[in-house]
Amino acid sequence: MAVLLVAEHNNKALNGATAKALTAAKALGAPVHVLVAGAGVDAVAQKAAALEGVDKVLVADAPHLAAHLAEDLAALIVPLMANYDALVVVASTTGKNFAPRVAALLDVPQISEATAILSPTQFERPIYAGNAIQTVEVTAPKKVLTIRTTAFAAAPEGGSAAIEKIDAPAQSELAKFVSEDISQSARPDLTAAKVVVSGGRGLGSADNFKLIERIADKLGAAVGASRAAVDAGFIPGDFQVGQTGKVVAPELYIAVGISGAIQHLAGMKDSKVIVAINKDEEAPIFQVADYGLVGDLFQILPEIEAALDSRK
Amino acid sequence: MKIIVPVKRVVDYNVKIRVKPDGSGVDTINVKMSMNPFDEIAVEEAIRLKEAGHADEVIAVSIGPAKAQETLRTALAMGADRAILYKTDLPIEPLAVAKILKSAVEKEKPGLVILGKQAIDDDSNQTGQMLAALLNWPQATFAFKVSPQGETVEVVREVDGGLQTLALRLPAIVTVDLRINQPRYASLPNIMKAKKKPLEEIDAASLGIDIEPKVKVLKTAEPPTRKAGVKLKTAAELVDKLRTEAGVLQ
Ligand SMILES: Cc1cc2nc3c(=O)[nH]c(=O)nc-3n(C[C@H](O)[C@H](O)[C@H](O)COP(=O)(O)OP(=O)(O)OC[C@H]3O[C@@H](n4cnc5c(N)ncnc54)[C@H](O)[C@@H]3O)c2cc1C
Ligand SMILES: Cc1cc2nc3c(=O)[nH]c(=O)nc-3n(C[C@H](O)[C@H](O)[C@H](O)COP(=O)(O)OP(=O)(O)OC[C@H]3O[C@@H](n4cnc5c(N)ncnc54)[C@H](O)[C@@H]3O)c2cc1C
Repeated sequence: MAVLLVAEHNNKALNGATAKALTAAKALGAPVHVLVAGAGVDAVAQKAAALEGVDKVLVADAPHLAAHLAEDLAALIVPLMANYDALVVVASTTGKNFAPRVAALLDVPQISEATAILSPTQFERPIYAGNAIQTVEVTAPKKVLTIRTTAFAAAPEGGSAAIEKIDAPAQSELAKFVSEDISQSARPDLTAAKVVVSGGRGLGSADNFKLIERIADKLGAAVGASRAAVDAGFIPGDFQVGQTGKVVAPELYIAVGISGAIQHLAGMKDSKVIVAINKDEEAPIFQVADYGLVGDLFQILPEIEAALDSRK
Repeated sequence: MKIIVPVKRVVDYNVKIRVKPDGSGVDTINVKMSMNPFDEIAVEEAIRLKEAGHADEVIAVSIGPAKAQETLRTALAMGADRAILYKTDLPIEPLAVAKILKSAVEKEKPGLVILGKQAIDDDSNQTGQMLAALLNWPQATFAFKVSPQGETVEVVREVDGGLQTLALRLPAIVTVDLRINQPRYASLPNIMKAKKKPLEEIDAASLGIDIEPKVKVLKTAEPPTRKAGVKLKTAAELVDKLRTEAGVLQ
């Protein structure tokens, strides 16, 4: 049979995480169909069809699917699963919300945040904030997997899959979308950025956090934060990196005024190169950093800015 | 209305866990155990809803070994009214937890079940959503604000990129994120009082629910470790290394 991959998107554009989850889906060794569920999603479907390795794109287009509510997505996906062996979903806040609902309705377990597909039935996943890696085997008739996309390379473009429209079930009476407040940022998306500059409690205030933003803008980087920085109100919650925030694995991660608690490391220790800036030379962040600078961030950050400017 | 709060006993978040050398799992013998931090937040939220007059009883429920009583006593000391322990020594997967919680819901008929968004040991982030599916109830995960309004509850959720607000028809499932509240500490008098609050024990096997594990753990391994690198003297040296040696900056 085949694998159903649910596209991650905001109704306007396909999120890059989908191409990474596709690589995981292909590793299951069966044809992959992509489901695009949303409202006014023609452009998203076109992009999905152009990914190499996609055999078919299913489009469910209805106004009530715009908000991607778990109740509506589960009602759409569960009957489709009669034709599939596996459901593959990006471990985003959307995917983490609806996938377990689908799994429970299929009466099968879910494998959360898979980081490797070893075979159609064997997977790796981190537990305890990434301090242990489990290899698990699922023998249930259907597999439901959420994918930690930082662990997979993006599938390239170059496909031309057929696009098929399917009907969406009527809107659920259980839950209704009321409103949303999504930040519009010119900076790259935290989970997709090549460079991430993160600030911690050491920054001291929301105002000082601008020092982080200035460096990030010079590097074309995304901004991240520790939980302490978020809790102190320096920056909103969706910038939090860590076990209970976002997991990132950029080419370069710069941690400024962050001590390196295991919950924070869980979200960034797979970065290619890690830089730590901290006044405490004993800070645990230095144990994972490729390059460290011990000193006062308020002195060091302007110096870095100057050094970045010097050769441009 | 009643509120049920499922609470899980997990390895304390401050403990640096050790993987057993034979790959059979994580060493949890003689390790400090505590209530899953997200569940403390869930208990706090339930108590606040009760204090605000939205609920009249808060029931803490745990599934696990006899020792999970301690976790339930913590919930009672924080302010839950009574507790139920579904006792089992089997490893219980999220779907089985959800099935047992479903039977607790059928017994108690709560208006809300408030869970943690994830347990910090298995990091599954599944149980609440699965319970919602089994009950055919609406769900709001990653809650940042919960406001009951008559027949519905409005929930602000922390989603990628910002906040989303949903209106759920009651009864409903909510899973809480980190920033919804700051859990209280139990005072000594309340810890004493908690010892007298009712704690019912039910043998999970007596429910006739299939709770056998469906996922086989073949191996548990240490993650690849990173080595500490070098400490540099100046910002200029750092930028230079990033450009040349590491090649991650132009
Ligand atoms: C259930 C749970 C989940 C959690 N999830 C997360 C998560 O997802 N992400 C996360 O990050 N945390 C998480 N945490 C919190 C985590 O345990 C730490 O408390 C947090 O990461 C600390 O943030 P910090 O490093 O910014 O602050 P601190 O630990 O206070 O460190 C601040 C650092 O800044 C340095 N500093 C101060 N001033 C200066 C200066 N002028 N110049 C240079 N350095 C300076 C200090 O030396 C110190 O090392 C979680 C905790 C729990 C219990
Ligand atoms: C004695 C024992 C030993 C175990 N040993 C292992 C092992 O060696 N390896 C292994 O992989 N798994 C083991 N497990 C199973 C593991 O604990 C389950 O996967 C877990 O109960 C559900 O996953 P989660 O906590 O990550 O769920 P999540 O979906 O992350 O939890 C979300 C929320 O659900 C609620 N919840 C979850 N579990 C419970 C519970 N038990 N009681 C009340 N509320 C709960 C809480 O509100 C929690 O915040 C063991 C379980 C027990 C009881």
